[in-house]
Amino acid sequence: MTPHTLERFPDLHPPLDRQSALAEANRCLYCFDAPCTAACPTHIDVPRFIKKIASGNLRGSAQTILDANILGLSCSRVCPVDVLCEGSCVMHRYNKKPIEIALLQRYAMEHHHSRPPRPLTPDPRPLRVACIGGGPASLSCAAELARHGTKAVVFDNRPHPGGLNTYGVAEYKLRPADALREVELIRAMGVEFRQAEVGTAVSLKDLESQFDFIFIGVGLGAMERLGIPGEHLPGVIDALRFIERYKTQPDFQIGRTVIVIGGGNTAIDSANAAVRLGAADVHLFYRRTEKQMPAFPFEYDHSKVEGVRFHWLAQPVAILAEDGRASAVRFVETRLGNGAPERIPGTEYDVACDMVIPALGQTRAADLFPVESKKGIILVDRPTGRTSNPRYYAGGDCVNGGREVVDAVADGKRAAQAILSSSPRLRDSASEAGPTHG
Amino acid sequence: MANLTTNFAGIRCPNPFWLASGPPTNCGDQVMRAFDAGWGGAVWKTIGEPIVNVSSRYSSVDWSGQRMMGLNNIELITDRPIETNLREIAEVKKRYPKHAVIASLMVESKREAWHDIVKRSEDAGADGLELNFGCPHGMSERGMGSAVGQVPEYACMITEWVKEAARTPVLVKLTPNITDIRMAARAAKQGGADALSAINTINSITGIDLDTFTPRPYVAGRSAHGGYCGPAVKPIALHLVQQIASDPEVQIPISGIGGVSGWREAAEFILLGCGTVQVCTAAMHYGFRIVEDMIDGLSNWMDEKGFRTIEDFRGLSLPKVTDWKHLDLNYKIVARIDRDTCIGCQLCYVACWDGAHQCIHLDNHKGPAEITVTPIPKLDAPRPQPSRIPRVDEEECVGCNLCWLVCPVENCITMEQVKTGRPAQTWAERTGV
Repeated sequence: MTPHTLERFPDLHPPLDRQSALAEANRCLYCFDAPCTAACPTHIDVPRFIKKIASGNLRGSAQTILDANILGLSCSRVCPVDVLCEGSCVMHRYNKKPIEIALLQRYAMEHHHSRPPRPLTPDPRPLRVACIGGGPASLSCAAELARHGTKAVVFDNRPHPGGLNTYGVAEYKLRPADALREVELIRAMGVEFRQAEVGTAVSLKDLESQFDFIFIGVGLGAMERLGIPGEHLPGVIDALRFIERYKTQPDFQIGRTVIVIGGGNTAIDSANAAVRLGAADVHLFYRRTEKQMPAFPFEYDHSKVEGVRFHWLAQPVAILAEDGRASAVRFVETRLGNGAPERIPGTEYDVACDMVIPALGQTRAADLFPVESKKGIILVDRPTGRTSNPRYYAGGDCVNGGREVVDAVADGKRAAQAILSSSPRLRDSASEAGPTHG
Repeated sequence: MANLTTNFAGIRCPNPFWLASGPPTNCGDQVMRAFDAGWGGAVWKTIGEPIVNVSSRYSSVDWSGQRMMGLNNIELITDRPIETNLREIAEVKKRYPKHAVIASLMVESKREAWHDIVKRSEDAGADGLELNFGCPHGMSERGMGSAVGQVPEYACMITEWVKEAARTPVLVKLTPNITDIRMAARAAKQGGADALSAINTINSITGIDLDTFTPRPYVAGRSAHGGYCGPAVKPIALHLVQQIASDPEVQIPISGIGGVSGWREAAEFILLGCGTVQVCTAAMHYGFRIVEDMIDGLSNWMDEKGFRTIEDFRGLSLPKVTDWKHLDLNYKIVARIDRDTCIGCQLCYVACWDGAHQCIHLDNHKGPAEITVTPIPKLDAPRPQPSRIPRVDEEECVGCNLCWLVCPVENCITMEQVKTGRPAQTWAERTGV
């Protein structure tokens, strides 16, 4: 990021200083069997880490968080806490502001990451696990394995690990530098990172011969296509590529009038970013209405404040070109029925623009792996992440269909724990029978 | 409209709120500003042979994000010449004839020294004298302050010396750093004291710096114990005041001191028999302006209760304090939880279970374990939230109050009387003791 771009993405929420963190920590009631902990997919012991902030034990506070969630820093920035820990805070029932759990967690994590990592000295286990994909699920799985003395190697095809944490989160929420601090923390725990595309540079056969278990944390595929004429024109860029480019290319140029298509959180992130990057007009079109929009309500509210204009019941039918570049989107009005929104013939209209950002969600393609899947989603036993193939475990978006970072972290951790608890028996049988395909 | 004018052992003042002897009454300028703010009286910072103070004198205990729950000091008596203090007392009395100015005194234990300071203070116009037999730090090492208050015979003797010379009412300020404060109170009465002030500060070390290992306040690598005061000491002060006030051998007016921060505490001290209250820490924390709400709040409360004067409610709580053996063993209360206001924090549950009598239960607890995921409306049907409201087993409940005390929601847990069907009976009655 250039300083210029950094200035356009100040922190959405300013951090707490020591005194305000103490005051906020002291406001926590310290609930027994706290609902915030239950609501967190990784079950961070929230009252415990908050009371440790109050007692001045920041090191212990951070460790409490990391014991449950190795990506505690990025989760403190990207988690939709309104529907998770903060949403379940008992203060709501008391007509009081919920405890600012995310900001307190960030306070403890910033303290932790500002200090040299503490060396881990678990008893080593003679076990090797390959984690495919460098995103939150694999990072969490690898870290949990490393905590228990197990060698984990993370394979990722991009220059930096971290997956969407590094490349796909809105800049005002999480910066690549913070995502990479967590990668470094995990590296310091003994996890090895290799940049290699599994399937081409490294074959599954190689992995199976070198590792006892393989964890699949590859996320989802490329973004869905609109399937309309003109979507390959210059000036059309899907939301994930758009977010990655503006985060990694200092000279990225935003259009003057930008149209975002879709109603999810990524659509909103893209629209907000377009505003921040200097677009004069940013329009978001969705084929249903405000009520059906999958984005979280607080994301929608924030986006309205940013200045994004929303248009409902509009479906794109073509992207029009001028001088070989996208110059307008042709929409048709829709009405809501029982199934997909229904087009209303004869209601087409064109909206001029110079950049189009489709944000229709990611494709699902899990057929690379020798495990059972359904509609591109890998089938697992949810409490263990175990696939149909006993040497393969999986977690994150590729099994849950695309949820939050914290869900991927929980999946990775559960899989690692299942690998660790099942490994002695399996290893014995694996060494007798040799590597097998499922 | 309530009438707050007070006559305390013959000392008249517009209201019962006095500034206690301490830093807020160090000089005439402060006392005059205090009177302008509304204070009814001021006990001058203790006058005696000027001393030398150390730098770094106060330390405090913060609690739960609040500053100065308790304050500790190692400051000694006035460090200004006696003449200066007396000249300023005269000046204040000239300008504020209706306000009470009490001279707090501490000199070495010689009859002539006491006679001299008493005479000079009264000549300056002091309305009364307070003998500082309570200061627990520094001066006590030199045989003054609490060193006197801790030995009833000394307290009696010096009070007698003072009374030989005094024409104005004499208050004796007692130290709490003693096994039975009634002995010191009786000694003061025996020596002729007209009234008592209680309590002075409590011996304390407020805390230790975990980097330097030195207690606070830090004085060049060392510290010394100080005197503790502020909101934290009120319960101790109330008890000691009650002890003196209900002692048939004492029965002289009491000026209540210790953790008075507002009108509520003042009312409490008066209900236990005090004629005036003295305030120091709260004024040090927020300034003299706090007296406005003390006057206003106490007046409004008195109006609501139908009390016209301080005397109307002074001491009303004394008959309600008794020995444990006279409490009714057959009175029973149980905890009830209001399901509409319960927020489900379950602090009552853990408190009862770990800290009390194991009679609050979580019956609605937990179905089968499920994988928790971020709820996304498109993917997830809304799930019913399990009830987090605990249940009290009233048969087992002993009515200890702990759940009610820890509950963060006002009036959510109430302690309600249940009929036992047994007549009132005390331990004394049951055992014939």
